[in-house]
Amino acid sequence: MNSLAELSSNLLYIAFFFYFAATVFYILSVTGRQFRNKEGNVKKNRWGTWGYIATVIGVVFAFGYFFTRWAAGGHPPVSNMFEYTAFLAICFSLAFVVINGIYKSNVLGLFTIPVIMLIIAYASVFSTEIAPLVPSLQSNWLAIHVITVALAQGILAVSFGAGLVYLVRTLDLSGKKMTKRTFGIEFIMYTLLTGLAFVILTNVFEATNYEAQFTYVNEQGEDAEKTYNLPAIIGPNEGVLETEDRFSPLFYAPDWIISEDLNTVVWSFGSGFLLYWVIRLIGRNRRISAMLQPLLKGVKPQTVDELSYRAIAIGFPLFALGGLAFAMIYAQIAWTRFWGWDPKEVWALITFFFYAAYLHLRLSRNWIGERSAWLAVIGFAIIMFNLIFVNLVIAGLHSYA
Amino acid sequence: MKEKEIICECGHVNPYGTEVCGSCGKPLVQKDSDELLNMRYEGAARRSQTYNKSIIDKVWNFFSSVKVGITIIVVILIASAFGTIFPQELFIPPGQDAATYYAEEHGWAGELYYTLGFHNLYGSWWYMLLITALGISILIASIDRFFPLYKALKNQRVTRHEKFMSRQRIFGRSTVTDQDETMNKAVSLLKKKRYKIFEENGNVLAEKARWARWGPYVNHIGLIIFLVGAMLRFFPGMYVDANMWVREGETVPIPGTSQDYYLENLQFDVELYDEDDERFQGAMQAAPGAEHIETFRTHSILYMPTDESTVGAGRELEAISEQEIEVNSPLYFDNYSVYQLDYKLNELSAMSFDVEDRETGESAGSFTVDLNNPEDYYTLDNGEEVYIYDYFANFIINDAGEPTTENNVPDNPAFIFEMTNEDGEEELTFIRIQRNFEIRDDEDDPHQYAFTFAGIDTNHVTGLKVRKDLTLPFLIAGGSIFLLGLLQGSYWPHRRVWLQRENDGEILIAAHTNKNWESIKKEIRSVTEQTELSEPVDQTDEEYEKEYKEKDNL
Repeated sequence: MNSLAELSSNLLYIAFFFYFAATVFYILSVTGRQFRNKEGNVKKNRWGTWGYIATVIGVVFAFGYFFTRWAAGGHPPVSNMFEYTAFLAICFSLAFVVINGIYKSNVLGLFTIPVIMLIIAYASVFSTEIAPLVPSLQSNWLAIHVITVALAQGILAVSFGAGLVYLVRTLDLSGKKMTKRTFGIEFIMYTLLTGLAFVILTNVFEATNYEAQFTYVNEQGEDAEKTYNLPAIIGPNEGVLETEDRFSPLFYAPDWIISEDLNTVVWSFGSGFLLYWVIRLIGRNRRISAMLQPLLKGVKPQTVDELSYRAIAIGFPLFALGGLAFAMIYAQIAWTRFWGWDPKEVWALITFFFYAAYLHLRLSRNWIGERSAWLAVIGFAIIMFNLIFVNLVIAGLHSYA
Repeated sequence: MKEKEIICECGHVNPYGTEVCGSCGKPLVQKDSDELLNMRYEGAARRSQTYNKSIIDKVWNFFSSVKVGITIIVVILIASAFGTIFPQELFIPPGQDAATYYAEEHGWAGELYYTLGFHNLYGSWWYMLLITALGISILIASIDRFFPLYKALKNQRVTRHEKFMSRQRIFGRSTVTDQDETMNKAVSLLKKKRYKIFEENGNVLAEKARWARWGPYVNHIGLIIFLVGAMLRFFPGMYVDANMWVREGETVPIPGTSQDYYLENLQFDVELYDEDDERFQGAMQAAPGAEHIETFRTHSILYMPTDESTVGAGRELEAISEQEIEVNSPLYFDNYSVYQLDYKLNELSAMSFDVEDRETGESAGSFTVDLNNPEDYYTLDNGEEVYIYDYFANFIINDAGEPTTENNVPDNPAFIFEMTNEDGEEELTFIRIQRNFEIRDDEDDPHQYAFTFAGIDTNHVTGLKVRKDLTLPFLIAGGSIFLLGLLQGSYWPHRRVWLQRENDGEILIAAHTNKNWESIKKEIRSVTEQTELSEPVDQTDEEYEKEYKEKDNL
């Protein structure tokens, strides 16, 4: 790795540290004491301002990472899973800085910055090496198309953050009985914790160089080998553990399943579940959203709702521009056709249709407030699905990583 | 039958179905309510909300409904997602039969997928129908709403009914010492904020970015142009999509151009990334042995037949241009584009053979066959001739057990050569790679002339895509209009502030915007701070406080 590339990755570490600091400041800002000034008005503490400043510094360092990596590799660093996912998180933080400049909501910071950190950490699970570009990616349209999409998705992600704030603020979370709403909001919390669990697990076992070799019988009925980087709960078909002192599988997958991936999924969802219940029990068996709710006192739901809508109103045209228009121009030049029903293209269209439906529901059917907030959450889920699932599971032209 | 018009107390004649007077803003339904006024489409009457008699009314009302429009969008969205569960037919490996592929690859689910026709979902009649329905919905819903909204905003009067004012979300009542001075100050402040000022009887309407309200209609027009453009592809002559493979040194007519153009492949190159490139060491070491292709390109010459030459072989060609065709850098000419798409390296191009005379033990000579253009016969050094009795470019034994060729690509060439020996007998020899046998009448009687394989020549083949798409200008126009309309409607908020004098020295202030209330409140705050006006309240704050005050103090 050359020195510029090294500098680049250090800048990302520094940015991550500032996002972490911002999270701490935002926690302090909503849990910290509120002062009353001489006139007796509630005066907020200053931690929120520090949180915002730390985020801004984080964004500056993150762009430092971006441009130094660009210089080091000679091409825009948006060409594989690590690069795109990291840049999406950076755009998310940039969008937060811009929109929160208008609305100044500390609670929004509390809800978005940790998600931004989670996305960066998720990105780093993938290979961070600078790879040469395949011929079709060697075009100025790569930068134009992908950067616009990332910006748009970053802005749309802010609407998710605001939607989440709205839901935690307004839903009735006190009842003992599970309702559709309490299940929904807790499911979001659980999903985020699963993401966290996945990131922690992969990093911990990678740091300890955990490897378990298996010989197994593959789909074609031939003997083959594979390596697990997490302890195998689910082993490969007719697998035999070859490495000593390693955890022996409890179950064995059939031959048509990629067993190490299933194993990772089981680990993540299992640990996410554990994490969820540990937090819940620490909070005397209250829902996680119910634990957060008191922190949101004084947040005016209408304002958060407007913020969420505003993010979509800004992000949607930008997404249409980058994810469809620029994408079509680029595809026409590089792939000979502007549209080819590649899975990623289809999911970009689905994202577009989804937010179009959101806007029509909101403007003509009066879906504001809670319904709008649920839609903002689902929209972000579609974006993440398109990033993770469509890239890694459904094979297509966009599967670069 | 003409429906009853509504004459407002201000004298304005409103069409049947109007909810808020188009001129003074007096609420015409729910007159006594204090709830916030529904300002959607300014309370104007829409055709779809007014008539429901004839079949045309019913169709019109169906498609003008946003609910129906959203339903269509959601159905398309879900259908599109289904299309990505398994690969579409156009992505399955070439040569595979869809009828069996899905069942083999994906089991019963794959079979069901195929049976339902989801393997070709985006080209199915019902998917097309959905898109068409969406287009109709967009068109009718837009017409239904645009004209009433346009008229309402055009006819709006400055002086408003008090009920209109008090039922706006932002509303305030201020007592001032000098009405004139306060009004003038407020107007000049609003002007500075780029509001357009309308005055009537000392009352004021400050408005900005009304044009943003047309954004949705502009973008819908763009969408309709786009959809119509996409449909034009089905007209003959609008669209060409053809593949061509050209060997180095070959000149071929460009498919889809009715032999108006020819292309020569002078040379084809593939370039790999430098393995020592410092930037990519990490990635290259992670995948040892992998090829990292930097680019591949065809050095080409484009030709046109001269006017005199007739259609057919041996036409006289005139070079038009010479260009490197590369990924991301196609060759453009006369509405056509030729793209670098694929390649095949080291295809066999020629084979050489030595012939020995077993009688003399000396060489009878050598010859070379151009595998893509074999001659009928070759003359050896000793004057004898070798005839090509049969040639199979891509040799296979077919189901009937007969030798034949799979296609005319020389991937596995095989020959049957014929020579006449001194006795006047015809000798046949079969040769293909690593196979060489003489077809003898008597097993123990070898031919006079023995063939041996002497060498090969290879050649690169470039795979190009030829496209013509005359629908592109429509798509570009439609797409651009769509994006501009989206920008217009999304990035500019339509804001109105009404200032109205009351007789007792009061001034009423009310404001409406179609989005971003926090921002209009900020603008108004800066006006009220610099004048005697008191800051108007956001009436949703009251609701909020009612609802949350108690809860928050828990």
